[in-house]
Amino acid sequence: MSEGDTPHIDDAPGSGEGPGGGVMTFERQAPLRLDGGGTISDLRIAYQTQGQLNAARSNAILICHPLTLDQFAAQPHPLTGRRPWWSTLVGPGLPIDPERHFIICSNVVGGCMGTTGPSSINPATGEPFGLAFPFITIADMVRAQAMLIERLGIETLFAVVGGSMGGMQVLQWAASYPKRLFAAVCIAAAARHSAQNIALHEVGRQAIMADPDWRGGAYGAAGVRPEKGLAVARMAAHITYLSETALTRKFGRGLQRDGLSWGFDADFQVESYLRHQGASFVDRFDANSYLYITRAMDYFDLGAEREGGLASAFAGARDVRFCLASFTSDWLYPTPESRAIVRALNLAGARTSFIEIESDKGHDAFLLDEPVLRSALAGFLTSAAQSRGLA
Amino acid sequence: MSPVGQTPAPMREDFAEILRLVRPGARVLDVGCGEGALLDLLVRHRNADARGLEISPEGVSACLARGLAVMQGDADRDLREFPTGAFDYVILSQTLQAVRDPRAVLSEMLRIGQRAIVSLPNFGHWRVRLDLLAHGRMPVTGALPEPWWSTPNIHLCTLADFIALAEDLGLTIEACAAFALGRPARPIKPSRGWENWRAEAALFLLRRQDAHS
Repeated sequence: MSEGDTPHIDDAPGSGEGPGGGVMTFERQAPLRLDGGGTISDLRIAYQTQGQLNAARSNAILICHPLTLDQFAAQPHPLTGRRPWWSTLVGPGLPIDPERHFIICSNVVGGCMGTTGPSSINPATGEPFGLAFPFITIADMVRAQAMLIERLGIETLFAVVGGSMGGMQVLQWAASYPKRLFAAVCIAAAARHSAQNIALHEVGRQAIMADPDWRGGAYGAAGVRPEKGLAVARMAAHITYLSETALTRKFGRGLQRDGLSWGFDADFQVESYLRHQGASFVDRFDANSYLYITRAMDYFDLGAEREGGLASAFAGARDVRFCLASFTSDWLYPTPESRAIVRALNLAGARTSFIEIESDKGHDAFLLDEPVLRSALAGFLTSAAQSRGLA
Repeated sequence: MSPVGQTPAPMREDFAEILRLVRPGARVLDVGCGEGALLDLLVRHRNADARGLEISPEGVSACLARGLAVMQGDADRDLREFPTGAFDYVILSQTLQAVRDPRAVLSEMLRIGQRAIVSLPNFGHWRVRLDLLAHGRMPVTGALPEPWWSTPNIHLCTLADFIALAEDLGLTIEACAAFALGRPARPIKPSRGWENWRAEAALFLLRRQDAHS
């Protein structure tokens, strides 16, 4: 991609309304009202679907994507050509199965893959919003998804499923629209961002904002991109998705070439790997989207300002079946975060299952082939489907 | 987490007795539910709103595959995560002797549940006593199959010991049944001294004294 050519769904295959997804546009009269006080009018939501909605409209599964991914959970990515990001769990014969389910995945508000975000054109100026884009929250993302689901004619989702930031959206769904989902699957997530989570995000944001090409967020109008800053943000974040064991197993102290360079080139394989992660990320992600979405995650605290804390957030979700999963080596959203959610759900009286999966792959395990996760999710969804009369 | 569950026959007697005691439609927590065999019976035969707590990921995974609601956790550490009075029955089958703090676990069970159902091997059984008397070695029996150095049963007790603990915690014993290997459960009055000789394993239905019946 050339400079200034921010990824946009209009350029991507699969756009246009119709089966398989596209972009849903919402009229000006019904703007998305945001927690922060702002509104988004002429909201556009880019989404993908797979499978068929049954006659009873009862087999829809909404997948909520994590921070830097998008609506291509079950389809190859149009910009990178890479395999669907959740191909370990979504696909024929897998727990989320287009033969049985109508699978929906939409790009979050504030994103950069076709849904309205800071790189969209601000009608007031004819330039990309940049920092004129209103601040968003996880609840705003979910509010937009609910608008999409309603527009698709689905009253109640069979399940809402997500990992990491997607898991936060799942929890928010249960809090905001408990009557509109039957089952909820929250993987490797937390009900609020910890000081460490916020601190790590702040490093990434500062890296972006320190790049002279960021230009106070107005890089779109100037035809440049803060690629260096965004790449550094990605490199720092990527470390948090792995574990020390995984890094050691993959790279150890392995060198790129024989001997040290006695310079600052990427001597170590791990350096080269991270540089590649950073460099390839800037081709598919927008720096301002990264700022806005990480902020939304930092602001997330589902139990805050509610008397009775997190449990009261789930007060209406007593009839929702929950499945939570964490990974032993995930230090970004470690198991105690999931346990806190389980405790709150038990207090609320919801039917809750929880599994801590042994893995040394860190937070990223939720995107990788983890047979225990796959079989647990398959068991949970199959039994939920029976209760829902789908099987 | 079923440390002595190697012999299926007495386990089945255990389960049959539990099914008899649990009233239909009850909210039940099975602590140490393993792969969910008892939970499955409770759901199918008692239409129970049954949840499990299980320490091993394999057990949790097996329960999920059977469509059971199960949480990964540890009896010693995680019962405190449940709200007071959340269940009608909290079941601990052949596991109390394997926890770190049996008194705290029992007390927690009766905080989160109106009633508790506890089954345990009886270290006062005549064969155990005879073994110890005759050989001076830690007994290895059908109900206690592991040698002392590998057994998970770190807090063995007799019926009399357990009754004393229940009294100490202010619990009412509503029912008690004795088992011998492979034979159906036999209702007993646990206070009778000879039952402490005869019962190889026993099952208790306990109630908080302040709980309404």
